[in-house]
Formats: sequence, structure tokens, C-alpha cells
Amino acid sequence: MADFTSGFWNWYVALITVASIAGCAILLWSQSRYKIRVGQDGQPEKTTGHVWDEDLTELNTPMPRWWMGLFYLTIVFGIVYLVLFPGLGSYAGKLGWHSTGAYQAELKQADTDFGPLFARYASQDLKAVAADPQAHAIGERMFLNYCAQCHGSDARGNKGYPNLTDPDWLHGGEPETIKLTIMAGRIGQMPAMGAALGSDKDIEGVAHYVRNLSGLTADPVKVAFGKAKFGACAACHGPEGKGNPMLGAPNLADKTWLYGGSADTIMETIRKGRTNTMPAFGDFLGEAKVHVLAAYVWSLSNPAPSKPIDEKVAAK
Amino acid sequence: MSAPKEAVVKMYAAREEIYPREIQGRYARLRWAGVWLTQLVFYGLPWLQWNGRQAVLFDLGARKFHLFGLVLWPQDFIYLAGLLIVCAYGLFMVTAVAGRVWCGFACPQTVYTELFLWIERRIEGARSARIRLDRQPWTFEKTWKKGAKHAAWMAVALWTGFTFVGYFTPVHTLVREVASFSVGPWEGFWVLFYGFATYGNAGWMREQVCKYMCPYARFQSAMFDKDTLIVTYDRARGEPRRPGARTVGDTAGDCIDCTLCVQVCPTGIDIRRGLQYECIGCAACVDACNGVMDKVKKRHGLIRYATENALANNWSTAQVKARLLRPRVLAYGAVLGLLVLAMTTSLALRTPLKVDVVRDRGSMGREVEDGQVENVYRLQLMNTSENTRTYRLAVEGMPGARIVGADVVALDGASARGVPVRVRAEGGEGGSHRIAFTITAIDDPAVSVREEAAFIVPR
Repeated sequence: MADFTSGFWNWYVALITVASIAGCAILLWSQSRYKIRVGQDGQPEKTTGHVWDEDLTELNTPMPRWWMGLFYLTIVFGIVYLVLFPGLGSYAGKLGWHSTGAYQAELKQADTDFGPLFARYASQDLKAVAADPQAHAIGERMFLNYCAQCHGSDARGNKGYPNLTDPDWLHGGEPETIKLTIMAGRIGQMPAMGAALGSDKDIEGVAHYVRNLSGLTADPVKVAFGKAKFGACAACHGPEGKGNPMLGAPNLADKTWLYGGSADTIMETIRKGRTNTMPAFGDFLGEAKVHVLAAYVWSLSNPAPSKPIDEKVAAK
Repeated sequence: MSAPKEAVVKMYAAREEIYPREIQGRYARLRWAGVWLTQLVFYGLPWLQWNGRQAVLFDLGARKFHLFGLVLWPQDFIYLAGLLIVCAYGLFMVTAVAGRVWCGFACPQTVYTELFLWIERRIEGARSARIRLDRQPWTFEKTWKKGAKHAAWMAVALWTGFTFVGYFTPVHTLVREVASFSVGPWEGFWVLFYGFATYGNAGWMREQVCKYMCPYARFQSAMFDKDTLIVTYDRARGEPRRPGARTVGDTAGDCIDCTLCVQVCPTGIDIRRGLQYECIGCAACVDACNGVMDKVKKRHGLIRYATENALANNWSTAQVKARLLRPRVLAYGAVLGLLVLAMTTSLALRTPLKVDVVRDRGSMGREVEDGQVENVYRLQLMNTSENTRTYRLAVEGMPGARIVGADVVALDGASARGVPVRVRAEGGEGGSHRIAFTITAIDDPAVSVREEAAFIVPR
């Protein structure tokens, strides 16, 4: 509860609160009876004696007694509340209630409510889960919540964020591998190769060579020049540039380019390197949920033959 | 010179119990008609079924309000505001014309007090018997009578609380839950709380609700004018009041000071003292006085509904009616009519489909083959009709704009879903362009929503 460097403000708040409550009680008690002048007939006069604007007077029309009771009740309520719940400075309250605790309790409740459903899917094979319409709908909602920020609502990715709907996978596209990726995250590391390759001309050559691998237009002279230099890249991307899922090294011989396939972009990638991170969701979501999510992601690039997405079922 | 004498008085006083005498007559019958009408609707409505579900159900959990064939969503909240404004203007107009007739004949406070008083009379007896019972010590008779009364009150109150919750939890489910003692904590709370409020307000608080708690009772004087119908005592005809028979040439007025008008008053006032803020316009005193006038063979109407002007100028009923069409009433009526018209038109014409277009924030726009550009959107579709519907999505506004992938979406009745949609268009000038989605139901082209969005071409 060390919200402040000194305890002064706790006492400040507590004192004002207590004084206000006490003040209300005193005010209520002192104002519940009133001195009124006695008239000629020996009875108290009907007005309180207040006169405004020359001739406006205040009649003494008593309020109902239960009304005053309600006021006292609010004071009692306030005291009980301040004893039980936090409110007086840094005093934590007898019940030990805390908003973090309330949040945890809600999470726990949600886990009890939905846990059995996820547990049922967790015991199934990922491909079986992918074929389950309800799991698909759940997976879609989770994807929109947790994945769409980077990979897009349609899962087709962005610059630097892989497209999840094509058969091209940096770390492997088997259901279990996808699950591992979501659970533990990935770090993709392309080192800066500018210095290792040498001059700008070398880098340009390699760029044209890998464009040629993908079947993109490239200058044949530069391609031949770059081929000689590609050895530095082959350690990770393989001698034929087909990549290595064990290292997360992309296949350079296909048309998928994470950061763009123009010669300029490829040269920038070689010169400066690239680092990208897929965060780990294992701790955050728990394995059971990741299981359903992984099945959904796998189904994006492996749609069931008859139905791309069964709209009617998914709407449920 | 001595100081003036002073006495200490209390600013708060205990309530004095009011024992309204039972009364028969035209206005009592009208009030009972109000009781039957409002309570048949209130107690009966939750049991009505419609298309296999409860006809009127405010499903807070699913955020759907079912009103017969109508399904209202949180987005339709404007209709609730509209309804409240219509009610307010209805109240204003009725008050301007006829004073507190709402209070006297249809307000739940009056209606439940009437029900509770009926129970009280059946068990404890008439006014005099009730006064006697309250004054006597706690005998066996008093104990069982009071016990029976409160038990009956609580039964009615609990049933009222149960019915109230039945508008939010399907009433058949609620019956099962009550029968198996498995009522949810909030349902239980609201049954008891609403029941307690009914029991407390109609059994114990009664006229104090109107006098000290009701805001409407306080601000309606603003709607009154000298042509508003109020319950009045015809002072010129009644005074000087005197008990006993009248002889020929008697100067005494028609009021025989029988105090029946005071005994029947549910707020405990004497209407002969003129218009008072406690008067709820229930006309119990009119019924009482007319009965007495019958007995002493005088004209009805010593206490009657009349306007201040009518009383001051001796107007006939026709003259009073002629004053009905005064600017204040016409203005309230015009606003009320316009609002009702606007509400019903808007309800009748509303499209049972709601669409929100949410651009993907992660990506501005991605370049795809042939220099084309792709933007991704999430269409939040809400089918507010009760049938499963299939919709066709279309997009326009950019050269070559089209939806890539599935452009047909099916939604269950009364359901919502986010649909990812890819839009591809010819690239062009970098920056933001306006495009528009059109979502049309395949089975009914009239159900169509057009929603604009931004399409971003990377620079």
C-alpha cells in the first residue's frame, strides 16, 4: 500500500473522512430540535422565526421521524463499511477485499465455467479439434482477440508478421509445431550481414541472386556475382536457399517475402538484419486454450475440403 | 423588558396512523378498474408465450429485450429514452387537464395500497374496528389478526417480487428454480428486495411515499393552472357547515360536517380546507360526500372535480370543457403526438440488421500482386430479426474495389458476429480513400445497410 513516500496522506484522508462523518452526526443531532418562541396562547408559534425578504417565513412542519432514522442509518452504514472495506487511508478493512482479488475471483469463476469445455478439446487430437465446428468458432473469437492485432483479422499477416493462411511456415506448419510456437513464442533472427558480405556491390548481387531463386526478375550479371557470395547465407538458408524450419530461416526460393521482395528491401534486410518476435502465450492463455487456438490456426492453411468456413455453424 | 419565552420543538415527528374508511361509489369503482387493469397486465404478462419464448422478456445477460415480435438491443436504447419522454409528456398533459388522476387511479403506490387496504379490511375489519384493535393491548385476537394480515401482505409482496423478476429471468425457469430451492443469488435478492419494497411501501409507508418521496408529486404543480381539474369543496354552497337537519329558511350550508370526507381520505387531509399538496386526486371524498348528499336529499357535487376558474365563475360543464383546448394542453398534446409518431415510424422502418465496420489497426494496407492494395476490415454484423438470414457483402468507392474470399455470411436469428473481410482495390494515390460496404439480406433486399469506411493506400 506504499502509494506515497510518507504516511501523511493516509492520515490526512482518514482524518477528513472521520471528521466528516462525526460532523454529519453532530449536525443531525443538533438540528433535530429547535427553539421556537412561545406565542400568546402559551403554545409554540407555527413558524421557526426565520424571516427572509421582508415577509417570507418558514413554517415548522416536522419531517417524519423515520426520515431522520434513515440519516442515522447512513452514518451507521458508513462506519460499518469503513471497518469492513478499504477506505480510511491505507487501512485495508476487516474483510481484506481488494480489486485484484475480485478480478482473480472472476477469472477463477470463468475457468470453472469454461474449463471443462477446453479440457474436453485438450484431450483430443489437434486435427480433430480443427474439424469441430464449435471449437472453430471459439478459436476464431480467440484469434480476433489475441492474434489479429499483428496477423490481421483475416490472418494474412502484415509486413514483418507472417501470413498464417498459406502453406509457407517459418518454423514448420505441423499442428504440434504451431501449438509450440503459440505456447513458447519464437524469435526470428536474421543477423546483419553487410560487413560479412563486403561491399554494396556484393550485397546487391546477393539480393539479385535470391530474387532469381524465387523466379523474380533479376539482372543475370548480378545474379552470377551474387551466387558466388551466397555461401555466407547458406549456413542458415541452405545451399539452395530453401530455408531451414529448425532455425526459422525462411525459404528464399518461394514468392513469400516477410518484409518485401523488392531488391531494395532485400538489400536492406541483408545489410541491417531483421529481428522479429512472436510472444509466448502459454502462461497467459494456458495450454488448454492454446490447444483450441492452434487447431484453428492450422485449419486456416488446411481448410476442410468441403467447407472453407461453415458460416452457419460458426455464427453460433 | 423580558426576553421572549422560547420552547424547544422537535423538527421530526412520528407519523400519525391513517385509517381510511372503505368507500363505494363511481370513483372507487374506477380505481378498482385501474387496479385490475394494471395488475392483470403486470402479473399476467410474464406468463404469455410468443413464438416459443416468453413474450416480454428483458434478457439482461444476453443484452436483448424481447417485446412480442420486437427484439431490442443495447443499440436501441434510444427507444427507451423515447418511451420515457412519451410517458413524461403523457403525464404532463393528463396533469394539465385533470390534475393528479394518475396518482389517484393508476400509480403503483395507490394500486398496491388499495390491494393491501383490502386485505387489511378483510382481516382487521372496518375503520373503527382497526382503530380499536390498534389501541388495545396485545391479546390473542390482536396477535393472530396482525399476524394474518402481515402474512397475507408478505404473500402478495413476494408474489409481486417474483413477477418482477419474471420479466428478467424466464418465468418458467424461475418457477422451477423456486420449486427446487436453486434460485440464483441476484434473482433471490431482487425477489426479496422488490417484495420488501412492495410490503414496506403499500403496507407501512403508504401516503408518506406520496408526501415525502415522490418527485412527481413535487413538480406537478408546475403543470397546474386555473383550468386544471382538481378535487374541490364548493365552499360557497357548503358553508357555514353545521350538523343536523335543515329547516326552512335555514342559513346553514349544505355541509353537515359529518367528516366522512376526512375519514375516507388516504392521505388524512380535510379537503374542505382547499387544495393541499397531499391530495392525490383520488376522489374518495367525492364518493363519500355524494353518498351523504343522497341521504340528506341534496344535489351531488358539494365535493367534486372542478377547476378553480369554474368554481370562481360558476361555469357549467360545457364551459369547463371549452377551456380544455388551451395553449398549455395543445402544446403538450402536440409534442406528445409528434413523439409518438416519430417513435412508431422509426420502429416500423428500422432495419433488422446492424453493421459496424472496424478497420484492422495493425496494418495500414498491404501491397499484393500487380500493384493492387488490400485492406482488412472486421464487419461486426448483428442480425436483429428472429430468423436465420444470409447476407451478401459488397464494397464500392475505389477503382476495382472488391471483396476477396467469401462474400456471403449467414447469421442466426438475434445473434451477432465479427466477420473478417479483405478488400482489394487498384492502388493509386497514397492516403485515405472513402469506400462503402453494402450488406444486403439475400431473402429480402429491403434489409440492407450501407456503411462507410476508409481504405488506405500506402504512400
